[in-house]
Amino acid sequence: MGLIAVGIAAVKAFAVLMLVLNMSAVLLWVERKGSALIQDRIGANRANVFGVMPLNLGLLNTLVADPIKLLTKEDMVPAGADKLLHFLAPFLAVFPVLVTFAAIPFGDELVIGGQAINLQVAALDIGILYVLAMSSLAIYGVVLGGWASNSRWALLGGIRGAAQMISYEIAMGLALIGAVMAFGTLDMQAIARAQGHHFFGVIPAWGVIYQPLAFLIFLIAGIAETKRVPFDLPEGESELVSGYFTEYSGMKQAAFMLSDFAESVVVAGLAATLFFGAWQVPFLFRDGFHFPGGVIVALPHLAVVVLQIVSFTLKVFALCVFQILVRWTLPRYRYDQVMDLGWKYLLPLALANMLVTGIVIVSIG
Amino acid sequence: MRETIGITGGAARPRLRGGTGFAGAFAVLDQYIGVLITFALGTVIVLGMVSGSMIFGARSKGRRAVKDEVFECGNPSSGPARGRFSVHFYLVAILFIVFDVEVVFMYPWAIVFRQLGVPGFIEMLTFVAVLGFGLVYVWRRGALAWD
Repeated sequence: MGLIAVGIAAVKAFAVLMLVLNMSAVLLWVERKGSALIQDRIGANRANVFGVMPLNLGLLNTLVADPIKLLTKEDMVPAGADKLLHFLAPFLAVFPVLVTFAAIPFGDELVIGGQAINLQVAALDIGILYVLAMSSLAIYGVVLGGWASNSRWALLGGIRGAAQMISYEIAMGLALIGAVMAFGTLDMQAIARAQGHHFFGVIPAWGVIYQPLAFLIFLIAGIAETKRVPFDLPEGESELVSGYFTEYSGMKQAAFMLSDFAESVVVAGLAATLFFGAWQVPFLFRDGFHFPGGVIVALPHLAVVVLQIVSFTLKVFALCVFQILVRWTLPRYRYDQVMDLGWKYLLPLALANMLVTGIVIVSIG
Repeated sequence: MRETIGITGGAARPRLRGGTGFAGAFAVLDQYIGVLITFALGTVIVLGMVSGSMIFGARSKGRRAVKDEVFECGNPSSGPARGRFSVHFYLVAILFIVFDVEVVFMYPWAIVFRQLGVPGFIEMLTFVAVLGFGLVYVWRRGALAWD
């Protein structure tokens, strides 16, 4: 392990963390403006700069003005709260979500000066297990936030959140087993490469074609894991004030907000990698486009890599926007309905999907 | 060649069973350099973020007794909040442990599933049948019902 290799890994890690953080911030803006569009209002469009005059800064409202406002808010710790856990909870809510992205490939190999750089922060053999392990750690942020605040709303939100997240984790894990059986590996870069060919020369062999039901279950469970509408009972502003982060202010509250959006990005990234061909562009191979009918457009190596990264980013963004659309279209479930959906529908469905996948693979041989 | 292990990935990357002795085992650990760096960077970013308002935030002086009270919709707080809650949540946690551990058992099987063939599939069918029986049992006993 040379210094150069460590340096390259550090650059990749930094780039991926920035990708997740910035995409979360942009999504916050998309959500505000998108919800305004859906509900026929204008949405946030003013920032008061130094108290001079309200300016319409557009995207900068969310990217610059909001963080500055939150940064200068008073940091409140309610009386009777567990101070250490109260501080630790927002950290534990964001950190596991951010590091999850280390195992998700965002491109194929980039060859510079004869050295191949794998466009994935950590090329783990057990990529999917790492992602599942890390993303389930985020439950601690919710539980501790609820417990440490010494508030009834927060405690109720934290407990609801914990029960909901662990329930949907089972369905999610079982749905992914179907995909793992189809690909035969847990290595996410290998899974991405396995989706490079085409059926009948025209249909890209993306995971969603092998495993449509697994994708559906994964997406529903994923939205439930991110605690978003229609599964936002842990927060439920009309019943629990703000749920498990009722007693948080300033940047700590922003951390909880960020963790929601970062979780959406992770769910979208995972769905894109497993079910939508990761960084694959239809008909794009390492030397350029090979369209059906024998038309070949040769491209330089760098252009191919850039196209792959752009393709991955666009897929993730599109899936995030889909989650936001779901959020502003559907009403909230009742708690018993949420738990029923997880245990009585998704869990048996995921088991059935696994068995059908097994029967198909065994009978094909 | 050692320079690029774990970073370049791809087909040249050695597997655990491909490595020899000590060196082989450590080559696998090279994969985790990226994870370690991400952990370090993530810790710095998130710690900086979470403690941001403690450093730059406004601070109010004077009487804090009312301000520090927990929010209970304007009513005076009625004491510590960590009281009793529904036993259903406890049941869900127990069921989670049972089912999630079984899901974890399925991952290694799903990878070598093709090599195991029909006998391996029948074994997993037995395992899933036991799991399904358990699910039907807790369902019929009302452990999944919320009322």
